[in-house]
Amino acid sequence: MAISLDFSRSPGHNARERTQGRLLALPALLWLILFFLLPLVIVFVVSLMTRGRAGTVTLPLTLENYERVFTTYLPTFADSILIAVLTTLICLVVGYPLAFFISTRERKWVQQIALFLVILPFWTNFLVRTYAWKVILGPDGVISALAGGGVNLLNTNFAVLVGLVYGFLPFMVLPIYTSIERFDFRLVEAAHDLGANDWRAFWRVVFPLTLPGVAAGCILVFIPAIGAFVTPDLLGGTQGFMIGNLINQQFRGLGHWPRGAAASMVMMALVVLGLMFYAWMNRRRN
Amino acid sequence: MTADYDIELRNVVKEFPTRGSEGALRAVDSISLQIMPGEFFALLGPSGCGKTTTLRMIAGFEEATSGDILLRGKPMQGVPPFHRPVNTVFQDYALFPHMTVLQNVMFGLEMENVSRTEAEKRAKAALELVRLTQFDRRPRQLSGGQQQRVALARALVKRPAVLLLDEPLGALDLKLRKAMQYELMTMQNDLNITFIYVTHDQEEALTMADRIAVMDKGKVLQVGSPEEIYETPATRFVADFIGETNFMEGRLVEKRGDIGMVALKGADCVVEAELGAANPQVGDNVTVAVRPEKITLLRLVDQDDHLHSVPAAEIMAAVERETNKTLVEGVVQFANYIGTDTRYIVRIGGSIDLVVRVQNFGERFDTLFHKGERVNVFWATDTARILVE
Repeated sequence: MAISLDFSRSPGHNARERTQGRLLALPALLWLILFFLLPLVIVFVVSLMTRGRAGTVTLPLTLENYERVFTTYLPTFADSILIAVLTTLICLVVGYPLAFFISTRERKWVQQIALFLVILPFWTNFLVRTYAWKVILGPDGVISALAGGGVNLLNTNFAVLVGLVYGFLPFMVLPIYTSIERFDFRLVEAAHDLGANDWRAFWRVVFPLTLPGVAAGCILVFIPAIGAFVTPDLLGGTQGFMIGNLINQQFRGLGHWPRGAAASMVMMALVVLGLMFYAWMNRRRN
Repeated sequence: MTADYDIELRNVVKEFPTRGSEGALRAVDSISLQIMPGEFFALLGPSGCGKTTTLRMIAGFEEATSGDILLRGKPMQGVPPFHRPVNTVFQDYALFPHMTVLQNVMFGLEMENVSRTEAEKRAKAALELVRLTQFDRRPRQLSGGQQQRVALARALVKRPAVLLLDEPLGALDLKLRKAMQYELMTMQNDLNITFIYVTHDQEEALTMADRIAVMDKGKVLQVGSPEEIYETPATRFVADFIGETNFMEGRLVEKRGDIGMVALKGADCVVEAELGAANPQVGDNVTVAVRPEKITLLRLVDQDDHLHSVPAAEIMAAVERETNKTLVEGVVQFANYIGTDTRYIVRIGGSIDLVVRVQNFGERFDTLFHKGERVNVFWATDTARILVE
């Protein structure tokens, strides 16, 4: 995501101060041009080129890479979207009640401890935590032991889903917590007063008014989920193969940079679509 | 079942647990009220007196710790707010910000599963009643007064048996408040719905209500018409909270029927007042309460001054014929001209300062006194009250 520094409304009114304001944005701007925009252009150009010998790229320009992405690798994209959407939905279904529970605790310190527990896993490296899941879900793991042994949940889409929901749940809980925390519960009393039971008061008043948090949470989960690489790599094996793994395979395994670049561009388009959906939701609300 | 009252409270208590320590905060302390159908009933008291908690218990947002709340004879124990035939106009309106004005008003009807067309028709009629036409606006696009009207329409459209209003005009400026007071009274009269109106504004309660319950520290101190509350306050708190009152501390020295003579503390002065319901005994410490406008100041009759003394002498003669009265001498300490009235501070018995309001009839009636002037201070006995608490 691009960082936008808008100094047009800063205290500086005359031209000189405005120029100085812009100067402040210069380092970030240079950084973004050099390390974001330029590589993006390179990736785009590469995606239109032909594979050369030994992992190089050459002319002529072609759309063949994109064609392959949309034919041979379409199932991978479809699976990835499905997994990302499912991850988002499960995070929402699990995260909303949790956020609701936390934000409605009367004592502030209880809330703080609960939030602390939500973000506590971040204290450990993501890779380590994913390996932990490998142990839990594997043939010698806890679940297998409970079931009497011999159960291997690894290398399935289910394992990937579990890993992703686990990893991204805090990104769903935190924004929803914020919006419920800000919610004026007197509106629920008003709804009750007007004849709404708890269920209808929730769906007609609480949920619509906490949608900003829901939308933000969904975006924060969906974007990393669609580009997930480590989780499907460790937990999914050949079964839970996602776009991230495809890109990795093309660049590193097969040395087919143009196709890897094309897959990257398509994935980025998916992320942009997600962001556009978010922007659209925001617009509709206002 | 027929019920004599729209709402009846029997020994209702509400306690809130206090955090950290044992025990509970008693917000409402055993109150009993009977509210008649079609009545405009005000719960009046300072903040923290329990009036809003009482209203919230009637609405069903709070459960009474003990006691019964009956709506048209039916006990409301355990009945959730959405099953009670009452609706509330909230203090800061609590309008749904994500809905338009029309949607806000239709909400309550949709919860009753009224058909869409019917709901829209009734919602528009309710909005017309409160003279609002901007159906498609969002609440935040409206002024405070307009939001107030939406809140009112949203509650009234449900055709409640009782409408509960929690300081509904508190957020409005004075002029708008006056206009809305009148509108609410007219509306209540036309719709013939029982109103329970919570306010801390004594003037608002006096203006609007058929009956007032004055509350303090979780207790109802007095229930009565505005006139009863004002003219015959039951306690010192009521007398003090409603309007302006002079309080004189003293000792009851004699009782004559329902009249008491009180020797004022720290002054060589005995005044007369009606004995209240508390009926103190001779020798008890009491307080005499008298309203500033009930006191009349009379010019001392100067035999040499023919220009002024003639009407003064006539009035004086009339006053002297009065049997039940207090007539003492005083000195004007302050004269404060405030347009319709002049507000005097008059010292009686050498140490007790009384506020006296005299209407400015004009020079002909010779009612202007100046600072330092010696005057006769007079009130009829039945306009003053003896209070014990």
